[in-house]
Amino acid sequence: MISGLTLGERQTAVCLSLALLVLGVIFAGAGQGDPLGVHGFIIAAYAVVVMGAVITGYYAPAPGADRLTQYYDDPTKFGIIVAMLWAIFGMFVGDWVAWLLAYPDMTFDAAWASFGRLRPVHTTGVIFGFGGNALIATSYHVVQRTSRARLPDQLSPWVVLIGYNLFCLLAVSGYLIGITQSKEYAEPEWYADILLVIVWVTYFLLYIRTLARRQEPHIYVANWYYMAFILVVAVLHIVNNLAVPVSLTEAKSYSLFAGVQDAMTQWWYGHNAVAFFLTAGFLGMMYYYLPKRAGRPIYSYRMSIVGFWGITFFYMWAGSHHLHYTALPLWVQNLGMTFSVMLLVPSWIAAGNALMTLNGAWTRVRDDATLRFMAMAAVFYGLSTFEGSFMAIRPVNSLSHYTDWTIGHVHAGTLGWVSMIVFGTFYSLVPWMWKVERMYSRKLVEWHFWLAMAGTLIYVFAMWNSGIIQGLMWRTYNDGGTLAYSFVDSLVAMHPYYIARAVGGFLFFLGPVIGLYNILMTIRLSRETAGTGIAEMPVVALKAGE
Amino acid sequence: MFTRTHYKLERHTIGFAVAIIVVSAIGGLFEIAPLFTIDETVETAPDMRLYTPLELAGRNIYIREGCYACHSQMIRTLRDEVERYGPYSLAVESKYDHPMLWGSKRTGPDLARIGGKYSDAWQVAHLYNPRDVVPQSVMPAYRWLARNKLRTEDLGRHLIAQRRVGVPYTDDMIAHAEQDAKAQVDPDSDNAEGVSERYGEATHVRAFDGNPRDVTEMDALVAYLQILGRLTDAAYQNKDKGE
Repeated sequence: MISGLTLGERQTAVCLSLALLVLGVIFAGAGQGDPLGVHGFIIAAYAVVVMGAVITGYYAPAPGADRLTQYYDDPTKFGIIVAMLWAIFGMFVGDWVAWLLAYPDMTFDAAWASFGRLRPVHTTGVIFGFGGNALIATSYHVVQRTSRARLPDQLSPWVVLIGYNLFCLLAVSGYLIGITQSKEYAEPEWYADILLVIVWVTYFLLYIRTLARRQEPHIYVANWYYMAFILVVAVLHIVNNLAVPVSLTEAKSYSLFAGVQDAMTQWWYGHNAVAFFLTAGFLGMMYYYLPKRAGRPIYSYRMSIVGFWGITFFYMWAGSHHLHYTALPLWVQNLGMTFSVMLLVPSWIAAGNALMTLNGAWTRVRDDATLRFMAMAAVFYGLSTFEGSFMAIRPVNSLSHYTDWTIGHVHAGTLGWVSMIVFGTFYSLVPWMWKVERMYSRKLVEWHFWLAMAGTLIYVFAMWNSGIIQGLMWRTYNDGGTLAYSFVDSLVAMHPYYIARAVGGFLFFLGPVIGLYNILMTIRLSRETAGTGIAEMPVVALKAGE
Repeated sequence: MFTRTHYKLERHTIGFAVAIIVVSAIGGLFEIAPLFTIDETVETAPDMRLYTPLELAGRNIYIREGCYACHSQMIRTLRDEVERYGPYSLAVESKYDHPMLWGSKRTGPDLARIGGKYSDAWQVAHLYNPRDVVPQSVMPAYRWLARNKLRTEDLGRHLIAQRRVGVPYTDDMIAHAEQDAKAQVDPDSDNAEGVSERYGEATHVRAFDGNPRDVTEMDALVAYLQILGRLTDAAYQNKDKGE
């Protein structure tokens, strides 16, 4: 991978990692006695690893000028592997904490092993580690093909990936040693947040610079979604993380907002992290890889436009449905409910557009597990957006909120939609990237698909059951007019569902383990058949409106 | 017609990016900005008191351990919740909470009004091993809280940071932050009086974990739990029973 960089780029890379090393050492020194110091050591060690990798390849022959006639795919390859590693790590931790809820004594009397610290390790690991790396890796691939242009330079895609993974590492290690802001899905502290802003600005500049070089007059729909993902996540991240650190040598900070304003800002962020991280970005992925794999053009240009702008506009109003019946003023709750219901329209337009694209290719969905992953992803996207709009209605929410139903809903989206679109994409993309005809084993892809299906269904059904039972037990009255069940009664009733959920999660976790093996074996296959594999996929991009 | 307009828009990178920003910004501007300007959003409660340095440290432990992942601090305006947990939560009760800890999930019960419901000894025993007092509980055991000494020398800086984000701590409170944290667990000490002077007569000054000499993380967390729902009486004067 270093051999693809020019000598100048290698020198800049060494300088950048040296700067990171210095920063790490300063943090380690200044933060002595505070958890920040531990993070200083982690930053420094990370910088040494990166620098070591660059120096090891430093004296490799410089790449020829012909590289500029080809797309730059090394960062995409790296991102795919890293995303799979995060998937395995994040899903393992997720399943572990699922077992903790059934068997709470598996904590070794250690702070880092308790549920409260491990739970954000799971959510960050899968959302940002797995999801984020998959989005960045595929966005590099998609923007080049649909623009018929090479990335403008070879260093900034690496800066984004390396910096982004440092952010994920700081986040995950931070929770284990007790660093968190407690804002859900925005837990990392101020210095990690600043790092992410730098990474994100680099990412946005890289993206629009590539688009500016495009040979296609029109920007393809997949790029609209990737752009919305990059831009809106930046706005959300900056606003929600505004905080005052206790000092520059301590990790702890206090959020700028308090109480009801903080709650609204947090769920404006939280719900739109779902919208623009877990939906928009992956819709971008779907809009490129699903038609490619199916060999069919996108069904409707008009539906693409309406779906995109509907999602971009409506989602931002919906966050307050997380705060029904709370101390948030009623008018905001009602606005959130209204827009959440309206949101179903653009969501189903996007899902329908994907499924209609498959018309004429249904036999391939039957035979090809890779395409089936993407088709099921579109189905789960449609199902979970319907469920989401439904749960945002106040009386429904009075039952579902605070229960496991929410957890089931989230996982219908993240397992059924997000993970499946990623796996379908990766199984298409890996043979293209490593220039082999197909994945090492089709049978393992088939196995992965059915493990994912079984895992998702078991998980979601278990959580539907436990959530609705919980909600009903909390509000059931005796004939005498008093509450029928204590809280502990409802907890005891959850036990079998918690075990079922953990089993479902385990099945799902096996998927990426098999997947990573299959991908690594495909790469090995490509080494053995070097030069004899198929040529670059066709460079002509799908045009919007086709 | 609109497809033709859009057909032109998608030829311009910057124009498209600006359009995304504008269209996505509207929702937040309409829903969040008025919450800072409309006075009725947060009730007035003249008796609202501040967290003592010890309670604030306990709150930070609550955050550090991720307690909010399983416990909400927001009683909704529903009849069954009011009967189970107490008067529903008012916005003013968390007006000094940077950040708020309303939570989103009840794997365990709501804690908005847990203060005073159980004795200190029960809270300590429960945190030490929840299954000793509630056999069916799935909560982790937090034994290390009793072992860890509380870091107190930085509490003054914490109060300064709190003041920067709008919590009205006085210079006197900031200057005595460390001393007050130690004195709050040692009612017989000379400095104990100062805690009540600065933070109000209702402040709990006692050895929360049973040992007045050392300030442990257990002291801080239990002090925080015992004040939850007790910072103001506003919610108790509200007789509305919910829907």
